[in-house]
Amino acid sequence: MKPLFTRGPSQETRLITLAVLSIALFVISYSTDWFHTIRERLFDAVAPLYWITGTPERVTDWAGEQFRSRDELLEENDRLKRQVLLLEQRSQLLAAVKAENTQLKELMNSAEMVDDRVLVAQIIGVSPDPLEHVLLIDKGRDDGVDVGTPVMDAGGLLGQVIEAGNSFSRILLITDSSHAIPVQVLRNSMRTVAEGTGDLYRLKLRHLANTSDIREGDLLLSSGLGGRFPAGYPVGEVMSVTRDPGKPFAEAEVLPRGRMNRSRFVLAVISDRGQGLASE
Amino acid sequence: MQASSRWFIAATIFLSMLLVVMPLPQQWLWFRPAFPALLIIFWVSRMPQSLGVGFAWLVGILEDLVTGASLGTHALALAVLAYFSLLTYQRTRVFNPAQQLLWVFVLVGINQVVGNWVHGLEGKTVPGLTFLWPALTTALLWPCVTPPLRGLCNRLHIR
Repeated sequence: MKPLFTRGPSQETRLITLAVLSIALFVISYSTDWFHTIRERLFDAVAPLYWITGTPERVTDWAGEQFRSRDELLEENDRLKRQVLLLEQRSQLLAAVKAENTQLKELMNSAEMVDDRVLVAQIIGVSPDPLEHVLLIDKGRDDGVDVGTPVMDAGGLLGQVIEAGNSFSRILLITDSSHAIPVQVLRNSMRTVAEGTGDLYRLKLRHLANTSDIREGDLLLSSGLGGRFPAGYPVGEVMSVTRDPGKPFAEAEVLPRGRMNRSRFVLAVISDRGQGLASE
Repeated sequence: MQASSRWFIAATIFLSMLLVVMPLPQQWLWFRPAFPALLIIFWVSRMPQSLGVGFAWLVGILEDLVTGASLGTHALALAVLAYFSLLTYQRTRVFNPAQQLLWVFVLVGINQVVGNWVHGLEGKTVPGLTFLWPALTTALLWPCVTPPLRGLCNRLHIR
């Protein structure tokens, strides 16, 4: 059906032109990073949408905190005080151990250890695409966050920044099916790679030698290889190891330590020695 | 088109973008209706003379930027959707509600197929026909959203 009075090119021509344009955009953004800077600029403009949609949750949170009873608050205060005491004691121990460690490393002429700066960020949104595990946080380049900055919570590593606007950034979680992180087993320093599966509670170790020494309950730390993540942060715990004699490799499933969909606040680890050089 | 109509359309598009990024529990994500697609069908059928494929493409680019998808994904899908809506708007106007519902399912289904095709190129695989869930929820939403929206348009003299 053709309209009586056509103005400009027909809808077919427009559709074909725009389709070609979309495919060109798609190919360009897939094979080059020309659009990366523009996207990061525009990201600052669209991120407030996530913030707006998060408002009801924030209001309920705020109300929940405002209308708590005095007893509850006192109890919580008490608990936190005890926790602080415990943690302080532990950090004192840690300081001694760290000093000793630095001394030993110096003796071995090893690379110097630099403290990582940690930034607290709030999660403002989650990617609407069910096929990707991406979070948005309210810290960006102005705060020192950059592409590749590792992000963690109290439990362990969560992921890394893939897009950094000036005041917001996007984090790819380690459970995303396109993500992989080099890890090592705490018990015996065996190195391997933990791949995301697209499931928030599962990472996978593939291509493990059938004879490799790994078992249920082993803790995995980031190994620092690959130069993205700093070494020594907890990643997950081995849940099960499958050794099938019929297959060339064993596989293991890992439960991530970071709480992928529970944390409100996360920590961005900003290292001063440039992006995540391995400190081994 | 009057300036007021433009503002109204822009407002509905803005609202749909909010609904696109509204946080939902992980297991419900697949059932989120495709709000921009629904609006494209509505506006293109209502103003086929002034809104068409180009409008849909721009909305798609906006959705790409908002959701962080690869540039061009939603743009392509929505442009195709707008084209099919343009081809058929004269017939859909005389459809009864059940037929309309079915037709919206087909249209948004086409939209989802294009989106799924791009996802496939990116290496994200979807189990089975899961990607068609938004088409179903959008179709079910259609009879609830369009009469109030149409009423509002008539009252505000949007044309």
